[in-house]
Amino acid sequence: MYSEIVMDHFRNPRNVGRIENADGVGQVGNPKCGDIMKIYLKINKDEIIEDVKFETFGCGSAIASSSIATEMIKGKSIHEAVGLSNKAVVEALGGLPPVKIHCSVLAEQAVKSALYDYAQKNNKVIKGLENYKPEDDEIHCQH
Amino acid sequence: MSKKLYLDNAATTRVKREVLDEMRQYFDELYGNPSSQLYELGRKSKQAIEKARKTLADFINADEKEIYFTAGGTESDNWALKGVAFANFNKGKNHIITTKIEHHAILHTCEYLEKFGVETTYLDVDRYGLVDLEQLKESIRPETMLISVMYANNEIGTIQPIEEIGKIAKEHGILFHVDAVQAFGSIRIDVNKLNIDLMSMSAHKLGGPKGIGGMYIRKGTRIDNFIHGGGQERGRRAGTEGVQNIVGFGKAVEIASRNLDERAERLTALRNRLVEGIKNNIPDVVLNGHPTRRLPNNVNFSFKYVEGESILLLLDMEGISASSGSACTSGSLDPSHVLLATGLDHGTAHGSIRFTLSEEITEEDIDYTVETMKNIIAKLRAMSPIKNDEDLKKN
Repeated sequence: MYSEIVMDHFRNPRNVGRIENADGVGQVGNPKCGDIMKIYLKINKDEIIEDVKFETFGCGSAIASSSIATEMIKGKSIHEAVGLSNKAVVEALGGLPPVKIHCSVLAEQAVKSALYDYAQKNNKVIKGLENYKPEDDEIHCQH
Repeated sequence: MSKKLYLDNAATTRVKREVLDEMRQYFDELYGNPSSQLYELGRKSKQAIEKARKTLADFINADEKEIYFTAGGTESDNWALKGVAFANFNKGKNHIITTKIEHHAILHTCEYLEKFGVETTYLDVDRYGLVDLEQLKESIRPETMLISVMYANNEIGTIQPIEEIGKIAKEHGILFHVDAVQAFGSIRIDVNKLNIDLMSMSAHKLGGPKGIGGMYIRKGTRIDNFIHGGGQERGRRAGTEGVQNIVGFGKAVEIASRNLDERAERLTALRNRLVEGIKNNIPDVVLNGHPTRRLPNNVNFSFKYVEGESILLLLDMEGISASSGSACTSGSLDPSHVLLATGLDHGTAHGSIRFTLSEEITEEDIDYTVETMKNIIAKLRAMSPIKNDEDLKKN
């Protein structure tokens, strides 16, 4: 059902946990739908993501999507990270079953939501997030 | 990890060795068509079917003429509902009473019949999954033709007050169908004592083969045929009989009836050990289903703040097969309709796991399962955002 890469990230998720006093925190999903992702970012003066952690409630692919997304943005600048697409997450995972694609969407949105939080707190504008509204990311149990 | 523990016996069971041995000769030695009565090979097949029919009939205190073989529990459920509906439509009867926690073989058949003008009342259940007899009585109309209630629920194991429902049905002259697929073989069922008119049974839940089921139809019940064709099953269910499967079904029932009470007692003790083990070792859990009125082999828990599919994947890595009512495991949008009907919130329903035991399971297996679950739940909760968030917990 799942690729080797998905199972590897599910079994040994990278960057699990929280960051105290994080520079940006993003949370998407809700318990009703069966998945919630929360991403914490530590961003330095040069706008580089120094550290990233996640907490996820959800199925195997939700955990794997969060794990790989954190790997993909760690060490990147916020301007690069904002370009992380769900498609890139799916590709990096070696594919996801069709009913699980929404997990990759959640991962993309969790990253965006955390970056938006950072931008708001620091009065910054991140290209690609000018018109971002966190409430648009409310997923209504779409699979 | 070499350990293999199959704890999904409500999904299906291993075919028993004795059953397989009995079936084998009907593939390549006694392969005659039971309708070919003019030579011995055909007669032997027919005799084998009748022997199995007698075993089933004796087991539920019915007459042999009241037992029909079908392709499985789903076909039996379809036959009961559609057969009764089509036979009673033009008699001014169009109302069926069933429950919100039936198997989809019942619920989707009711939905289908509604397109033809059938009206269905879906009874609520309490937090344990029990139907309310008062609500049942209030739901009865002059047009009610059928009450269909499952004997025991496949997900949470709750056993319904079948005898009381049978009495109510009889008092009102309404047909009573029981989907006994999960209960059959683990509980003693007397169709006369319980006033059951129609009953669905299946072989593969009790060590028999897949693809074979049974239907009890009380003599004189007004019900149409469902599968049309040849004159098999006394003209009521067409299609060349799956003789080897019927033989296997008969054998499985024979074995089940041998030591039913001792087996139930042993399984109940194992079940309680698992329930207590989980309750005492893992915080924030909810036992789904009734604490005592439940199938001897069924355990169903919700583990708060974690999701069922993740648990199943980790269990599989430790060699344990179980199942979940989480939406993520079914490909549908909502978690189990059964759990939601018992009043569980979505989040908690997503974290449900069902373990269904078999005779092969030992106390050591149960303890291993508890220990494994303890580690898995701790691991998943360590990465759950809900665990430490009071706002999310309220959702």
